[in-house]
Amino acid sequence: MTATEASTGVDLVSITIDGKTVQVPKGELLIKAAQEHGTYIPRFCWHERMKPVGMCRMCLVEIEGVRGLPPACTTPVADGMVVNTLSDAVKSVQDGVLEFLLINHPLDCPVCDRGGECPLQDTTLAFGPGESRFTEEKRHWEKPIAISDLVLLDRERCIQCARCTRFADEIAGDPLITFNERSGHTEIATFPDEPFSSYFSGNTVQICPVGALTAKPYRFRARPWDLTAVETSCTTCSMHCRAALESSSNRLVRLLGIDSEPVNHGWLCDKGRFGHDAINQEDRVRHPMVRRNGELVACSWPEALDAAADGLRNALAKGGASSVALLGGARGTNEDAYVWARFAKGVLRTDNVDAQFGDGLPAAVALGLPHALISDLDDARAIVVLGVDLKEEVPVLYLRARRAAAELGVPLIEITSAATGLTKYAVASLRHAPGEQNDTAAALVSAIGGTAAGDDAIDAAAGALSGRSGQVVVIVGRANLAEHADATVGAVAKLAEIDHAGFLVALRRSNVRGALDLGLAPGFLPGRVSLEAGRDWFEELWGAVPSEPGLDALGILEAAADQRIGALILLGADPLGDCPDADLATRGLAGAGFTIAVDTFITPSNRAADVFLPVTAWGEQDGTVTNLEGRVQRVTRKVTPEGTAMPDWRIAAELALRLREDFDLATAEEVQDEIARVAPAFAGVDAALLRRARDGAVLPIAEHADELVLGRLSIPITAASWEPIAPGADLEAGGEDGAAEAVVTAGESEPAGSEGAPIAAGDATSEAAGNEVAPVVAGPELPALHTWDGHAPTPSRPGRDAYALRLVSSRVLYDGGVMAQATPAFASLVRPVELRLNAADRDRIGVSDGDRVRIASARGQLDLVVRADTGVTAGTAVLAWNLPGAGAGSLIDASAPVTDLRVESIR
Amino acid sequence: MNASGPGHFNAANLVRAHEIVAQYPKPKSAILPLAHLAQDQDGWLSPDAMREIAQLVGETPAEVLGTCSFYTMFKRTPCGKYVVSVCTNVTCLILGGPEILEHLEERYADDGDVHVEEVECLAACDNAPSMQVNYEFHEHLNPEVAAAIVDDYKSGVLTARGVSGGRTR
Amino acid sequence: MTATETRLVTARLRERPEDSWTMDGALASGAYESLKQALGMAPESIGKEQVAASGLRGRGGAGFPAATKWSFLAPDSFPRYLVVNADEGEPSTFKDRMLIELDPHALVEGIAIAAFAVSCHLAFIYLRGEFALGYERLTDAIRDAKAKGFLGANIQGSGFDLEIVVHRGAGAYICGEESALIESLEGERGMPRIKPPFPAVAGLYAKPTVVNNVETLATLPHIIAMGGERYAELGVNKSTGTRIFSLSGHVKRPGNYEVELGITFRDLIFSPELGGGTPSGRPVKFFIPGGASSQWLTGSDEHLDAPLDMDFVQQTFGVMLGSGAVMVYDDTVNPALIAWRLAKFFAHESCGKCTPCREGAGWIEKVLYRISHGEGRPNDLDLLFSVGNSISPGVLNAPFTQTTICPLGPSAVSGVASLHKYFREEVIAMCSNGPRAIPVTAGAMQ
Ligand SMILES: Cc1cc2nc3c(=O)[nH]c(=O)nc-3n(C[C@H](O)[C@H](O)[C@H](O)COP(=O)(O)O)c2cc1C
Ligand code: SF4
Ligand code: FES
Repeated sequence: MTATEASTGVDLVSITIDGKTVQVPKGELLIKAAQEHGTYIPRFCWHERMKPVGMCRMCLVEIEGVRGLPPACTTPVADGMVVNTLSDAVKSVQDGVLEFLLINHPLDCPVCDRGGECPLQDTTLAFGPGESRFTEEKRHWEKPIAISDLVLLDRERCIQCARCTRFADEIAGDPLITFNERSGHTEIATFPDEPFSSYFSGNTVQICPVGALTAKPYRFRARPWDLTAVETSCTTCSMHCRAALESSSNRLVRLLGIDSEPVNHGWLCDKGRFGHDAINQEDRVRHPMVRRNGELVACSWPEALDAAADGLRNALAKGGASSVALLGGARGTNEDAYVWARFAKGVLRTDNVDAQFGDGLPAAVALGLPHALISDLDDARAIVVLGVDLKEEVPVLYLRARRAAAELGVPLIEITSAATGLTKYAVASLRHAPGEQNDTAAALVSAIGGTAAGDDAIDAAAGALSGRSGQVVVIVGRANLAEHADATVGAVAKLAEIDHAGFLVALRRSNVRGALDLGLAPGFLPGRVSLEAGRDWFEELWGAVPSEPGLDALGILEAAADQRIGALILLGADPLGDCPDADLATRGLAGAGFTIAVDTFITPSNRAADVFLPVTAWGEQDGTVTNLEGRVQRVTRKVTPEGTAMPDWRIAAELALRLREDFDLATAEEVQDEIARVAPAFAGVDAALLRRARDGAVLPIAEHADELVLGRLSIPITAASWEPIAPGADLEAGGEDGAAEAVVTAGESEPAGSEGAPIAAGDATSEAAGNEVAPVVAGPELPALHTWDGHAPTPSRPGRDAYALRLVSSRVLYDGGVMAQATPAFASLVRPVELRLNAADRDRIGVSDGDRVRIASARGQLDLVVRADTGVTAGTAVLAWNLPGAGAGSLIDASAPVTDLRVESIR
Repeated sequence: MNASGPGHFNAANLVRAHEIVAQYPKPKSAILPLAHLAQDQDGWLSPDAMREIAQLVGETPAEVLGTCSFYTMFKRTPCGKYVVSVCTNVTCLILGGPEILEHLEERYADDGDVHVEEVECLAACDNAPSMQVNYEFHEHLNPEVAAAIVDDYKSGVLTARGVSGGRTR
Repeated sequence: MTATETRLVTARLRERPEDSWTMDGALASGAYESLKQALGMAPESIGKEQVAASGLRGRGGAGFPAATKWSFLAPDSFPRYLVVNADEGEPSTFKDRMLIELDPHALVEGIAIAAFAVSCHLAFIYLRGEFALGYERLTDAIRDAKAKGFLGANIQGSGFDLEIVVHRGAGAYICGEESALIESLEGERGMPRIKPPFPAVAGLYAKPTVVNNVETLATLPHIIAMGGERYAELGVNKSTGTRIFSLSGHVKRPGNYEVELGITFRDLIFSPELGGGTPSGRPVKFFIPGGASSQWLTGSDEHLDAPLDMDFVQQTFGVMLGSGAVMVYDDTVNPALIAWRLAKFFAHESCGKCTPCREGAGWIEKVLYRISHGEGRPNDLDLLFSVGNSISPGVLNAPFTQTTICPLGPSAVSGVASLHKYFREEVIAMCSNGPRAIPVTAGAMQ
């Protein structure tokens, strides 16, 4: 609980702990209430985010009038309760429990990853007996055993607290680890040949109170006392989970989840947790390069920047602004996005800018829908998931949606082409053929309006949507890259008609929301304003903006293929991996003129670049990012990059200088202040505010003032990683601006003001924002934030060929993406390339599981292994997107509404 | 739930399995009876059987394993046709149970058909020492009498009732 | 020492040894008459009037008043479940097995009466897995009762419906503990739940649930037949009626005896019609009065002359009548050996949920093994006692507190506490005399 909650009308009761009387929320568990007031009751099995089981017996206390020694972790507080946590009886029980826990423990602390940050060690020191009286033979187990590709188990160290098994079952919904046997022989086990292959397995390592569970990627890599940590946000996907990033000797070694109430509740997915290894890889590009005699060769920064500027200048001279284009920008920070947007739109004056690759949703839709917050899922009237398989694309959002559906009783409805991770929690799963979700959405909306669809699932869904009050949260993504985005847009337009509908746009690429918000999309300028609406405002501020709307990524690639793009900037962009239409991407990259790659790795997409400008990666750079709900949070520099890589935004500023434009931006914080000043949606969100906003700031802050919790929590927990880590807890001051400066104790938070026009909100955040932001007084009127008019193109209705199967190509967590490929730990987790069919279709084709088939679309053909899958609807075929070697993109024509396949046996 | 899956239960037992699941307000409750059924069919509770049970009750195999491994009656490695359970708890202890156990263990050490195990009190203390063979009670024992009884099972003079039905071994 | 049996619950099976378990045998001895009578009463009145007046206390171990337990059922919350605890696993307790095998219809009738009284339509019998014959007899009885209209839809035209499912356990003593039993019935590992909530509020499938022992339920037909008040005239103080005691060990006539509560342990052990004294004629050295979980009593007059009164023995000696098992040992028995074997039982049967029980029971077992097998060390008993105190602080001064969820952990300390109380000198001597021969298990009765 935060101090804000206490002041916002929670019922309080009065209890006395060790003589001190305090006010605590009614019904809260005693262990938590005591902790909030500075009394740490020792515990092992209790975890704030899981149901109490009361099994380790470490937290027993005395309560006046209660017989025996009740566990503080299962006892809710009651008014007038008098608790003693320090009595002789309590102390002797604590001694006893610790002695019991240690009798069979191997005491191999010197070679244990947990040694030095081990709750069992720490608790023994603080509460335990001085010596063990156990002289019998200890239990022995083979050690350690792998329970998955990422996690090892040492059963001798296990204290049977059930944290890992409860996490797997209650939180992840993957009950793949269990207690096996009973009594003193109890062990954690997996089923033979069915490992704990959960996308969330690393969390069990973090919450294990001993060294029983260790992470393969981290084992023996560091000792806790060599580690320093900063608080940051994970940018593996667009959820932006809060995390503590730890390094040892200038090398990132570990990422731990921080418990942020609005975002991740302390959890991380394994891809985020272990993916940071990518930046440690040897093949990182560490120095700028230019192409000489057909070869990329290392050069100095001035040389590289001059070459890049020359290339751009030539293109502008030859073909004008419309012959210059920028692709990418969604992998960087907000600051990167803004400065590049300013460079592209204000200096180059091109609107041919797109952070997506035809694999997302039109910016007008993504930015203009009425937005919901992640935490709105918890008490929504209902959740509607349109298309996207959250477990694969935004895993920790999946946890949140799953919790709402499975634990909090929120009805969940999915409208998808195939089964997803959430299917088993859905009250209704509405399946549609690719390209026809708008029909299903329309039927659902009219069923809500009272016109029964005559389809049980739709009517059940409509019933579930009307059963409670509150907001309907629609989570929409771009699930199937083998169908045109129009179909999804059409469905979104229908669902927007549901009253009190709010949208979470679950586009997965890390900072795609920040990039779109800051103008890296055709037709938009920074701060969620359209080119037209923002023209006067930005002309005044920047001196110039593009004269007319430009091309989106598919248009840019098409133009490039036609030799109409004289210069192309690839800003961390991988069109070959991300654009649904592989043929178009290939032709576009080949046809582009002068190409500038701004990236960390050489990829197939950028290997033909004329100039390569290496950039700092996550963990090496300070800044902010915006998650899928519009929450701006900080990312923090933890290590210094080897070589001379620069932050992206600085490169843009350097290029601008070479094109005679001085942005006068020296630090990321100065960029933040400029954004706060010029980008309407970011009004008030300046560096000073961001430094103090514990959970970040949701845009626009004028509408989300209650999400602002200023001041940092300081809580008395030092054990690094097994307790939920609170934001701001005990981390090293990070980066040049000091992540943990100004430690304010809990209780001192100030809600932000909320009055006035967005730009004035900067004032309302008091002295936090006061210093440098000059509220705009004269000049053009502040542009209005873009909202979507709901106008959807009528999706074309493709004819059905009875013998064809319609392709569904969706992203999976471990794929052929740059990061997944660069992380050695993931190699074994990438699933095999298979075409998955409904059993009836498979039989009709006359093949068996494991046989090879030839599939052919209008575009291309592939030979693949088939497998039947009950989650696949008849008439469709599922091929994961972007698996190494899968090549789904070669089948897809981005301009076609759907992708139909002929499948035949080649046995 | 259809009959697809590992196809471990024989046809009659699969019918029985569905009846068992239907007896309970929640399918997970059927784990124990289904495990008994599988063990009666096969003589032990194999991973394949647990996989099929998992499918029948809609849980993961790991959950079925977690539940079943808690209970000592379920044998998770193949064992002999005759499960001979000898009590050594206190009443049998003072009246000769351990001697019977020792005798039978030695006598059938190399007999793959006979699985001799030590068990806790069988609720037959009035006639101690006692044992069960495939869960049939035998009381007032001494080592020789106990061995003769086991031999009678082996030769077919004695048979046990298969209580879960569907015994095929 | 002329105490005799008072047969209510055991009348039929004693009187009709040839067919007491069959429908014909049962009907010929008055089975289901009480059910018919009960179906004519107002359901609520059965608990509130008859059972309350009878003073019937649970026969499973805890001795909780049955009517009070029923009255705790969360009102207006349905469905409700009745769960019969037929998991009888407490060492040396064998009364429920006898009732199930020899008079299953008494149990079925009792279940039907209780279910009617608490408005339950689906009852489960959680039967110890090893009871193969019992399973057969019970399922046959249920089938026959259904055929005769004593179970199923619209029982005896009353409009009351009831189905009974027999659910076999699979070898886990802890599943006798009611919340572990419920977990097991839900297909989980049999680990006790944290209480509250109690089963009466949120039990099986989180619904209000009554858990009653076999004997408790089998007593109901007699209470209905004779009226609660007349039943309460039997027995002593708040231990009303009769109880079946499972008598075993060094007695001439081991077996189940149904006696009026209030007779003494001496009566039970020595009466010629009951235990008949020790076979060897040697003195009783000690006895365990209420199943393996209880602390022990000795052959002293004070102990032998104590009445079978649940509250008296609890308050006076800190022991319990528990499950009604009385184990008798003459002076040839090494008490440390008994303590070890019981500790081994509890260590094996601990569900593993609580640290003190999971680790402590195993530790106690290891030390007692050494002591009883001649490897004791001088301060072993003090160590054991201290370890026991970490499981149940104040274990010598009942009521002790417990650091565990359920009473199994403390049960594992009962032997240690008893050695400490009564056999301290003997055990210490055993520990200091160096290795000793393993005590002979006398085999005196063969
Ligand atoms: C470890 C343990 C084992 C138990 N075993 C049994 C048992 O086998 N049979 C039984 O009826 N009660 C047993 N009980 C008592 C039950 O928890 C419960 O009190 C009883 O079934 C209630 O029924 P009653 O009120 O009719 O006695 C056991 C209790 C504990 C703590
Ligand atoms: S006391 Fe023992 S048996 Fe009872 S819940 Fe705890 S660990 Fe399980
Ligand atoms: S002690 Fe052996 S059957 Fe009871």
